[in-house]
Amino acid sequence: MKHDDNLAGEMQRRGVSRRAFLKFGSYVASLMALPPSAAEALAEGLAAARRQSVIWLSFQECTGCTESLTRSYAPTLENLIFDFISLDYHETLMAVSGEAAEKAREAAMAANRGKYIVVVDGSVPMKDGGVYATIGGRTNHQILEDTVKDAFAVVAVGTCAAFGGLPRANPNPTGAVPISTLVGGKPLINISGCPPIPEAMTGALAYVLSFGKLPELDHLGRPKAFFGETIHDRCYRRPFYERGEFADGFDDAGARQGFCLYKVGCKGPVTYNSCATMKWNGGVSFPIQSGHGCLGCSEPDFWDQGGFYRPLSTPLGAMGPALAGAALAGAALGVGAALSARSHQKSYLASAEKEKE
Amino acid sequence: MELLAFARGQALTFSVAVFVLGVLWRLVGVLALPAWRDFSPPREGSAPNWLSAIRAIFRKMIPHRTFLKEGMFTTVNGYVFHFGLGVVVFLFVPHILFLRSLFGVSWPGLPNGVITGVGALTAGSLLVALAYRLTSPVLKLISRPNDYLSWLLTFLPVATGLAATAHVGPRYETMLALHILSVCAFLIWFPFGKLMHAFLFVLSRGATGIRFGHRGAQL
Repeated sequence: MKHDDNLAGEMQRRGVSRRAFLKFGSYVASLMALPPSAAEALAEGLAAARRQSVIWLSFQECTGCTESLTRSYAPTLENLIFDFISLDYHETLMAVSGEAAEKAREAAMAANRGKYIVVVDGSVPMKDGGVYATIGGRTNHQILEDTVKDAFAVVAVGTCAAFGGLPRANPNPTGAVPISTLVGGKPLINISGCPPIPEAMTGALAYVLSFGKLPELDHLGRPKAFFGETIHDRCYRRPFYERGEFADGFDDAGARQGFCLYKVGCKGPVTYNSCATMKWNGGVSFPIQSGHGCLGCSEPDFWDQGGFYRPLSTPLGAMGPALAGAALAGAALGVGAALSARSHQKSYLASAEKEKE
Repeated sequence: MELLAFARGQALTFSVAVFVLGVLWRLVGVLALPAWRDFSPPREGSAPNWLSAIRAIFRKMIPHRTFLKEGMFTTVNGYVFHFGLGVVVFLFVPHILFLRSLFGVSWPGLPNGVITGVGALTAGSLLVALAYRLTSPVLKLISRPNDYLSWLLTFLPVATGLAATAHVGPRYETMLALHILSVCAFLIWFPFGKLMHAFLFVLSRGATGIRFGHRGAQL
């Protein structure tokens, strides 16, 4: 494929009709809750879009995000868009190319100055000069700074990149930080999740390609279209929550009847994502549907919320020692107060006796 | 989430610890006081002390018939918000889970719709109680900042809980954090203000009953 191809031409070559392309525009527009009039504009914008140079950096991560995005369940238009973008550099996929890959990154940056998008998965270690993750002898922080300075926008894919994720979990031994703290004023989209939903990624990318700007974001920098509602609000088990019908374990009668998983630690009420509506593997299922509570993986610090199986309404940590100390101190103060009152009473009675005499 | 983590973490632990410390301080302080010296023999035929105490505790739950008509409104309204608070606190499943995490025991809860209804009724009843306090000349005269603060710290958890359930105001996790923080404020104030009547009413009524019984009063 040539760099000056537009997406419409590429789709035609692959046998995708204009009708199918417009349908895709409507699909993405509805996913992102855009008005009906935006569907055609989105399709037209997308059709006219030129190949977008994308540089993909992988830092402290598990490659789950890349797995999620590149191993979709079946070839779709979303895949074709991924094919269409010019993935000029991907650290994980190009690892075996060594220095040649690094040269490809530098060439792409020079050729698309101010136009390329940097996709980052993984957090950046900052402790001890960032030595805990280096590629080609350079720290993640150095690579990020160097790559981002001439980018058009940055997309932080996955919770590690968006909020620090697992590497940032207490006690955060590498001093991991999210990408948002290192990119200054560059336009940034956070697509959180562990891993993120592929459609959230393609939807956001399609929007940027079509309109040349970022979609509407929430206060955490996530597209509102995909992160505007909680899992709980759109969960098909919600009626059970309202009726007070809960599973007490993963294999009890309640679990078998599909009751709400709140008691076994579901974090759906405070987790903003589209799992309950878009689901995974082509709309087959999502964690709650397969019987496990939501972990809250698209939220900041989800590893440090007191445990995956601890209900949301319970304290984060163990209160026992603090309460035992407070009980002892309270009882001691009470005894002290009573002893003081006894002493006062004694001296009062003694003086009363004296007055009588 | 940071505010919610703070509320579920340090704030909750600190406030429950203050609650336990304060309640035990006051209860042990009262219970370990020396028994009142009996300078006179009990009146002939008077009930034993324990019976006089129990009678007073229960009989004072309904005003004496002389005052029944006058005190009907405050009595009924008082029962409405006290029972309402009891239902909301002890029969809402997320609250039961919180109590289970502290005491290790649990019990069945009520559907959310019932809890929401009772919560709304409780909030309304508390507002009516405040309005009555502000409009009744006598009650207004004897009310102190302690009374108003105790009312506010009782009302806030109910109001924020209802707002969180109904998705009114800030995002759910923020509202939930505010709800928990309002409960924390309630727990911290509880032992040191008039909210402590939840424990002390038994002791004060019992002591009154014993003294009256000793003098042969019919309770």
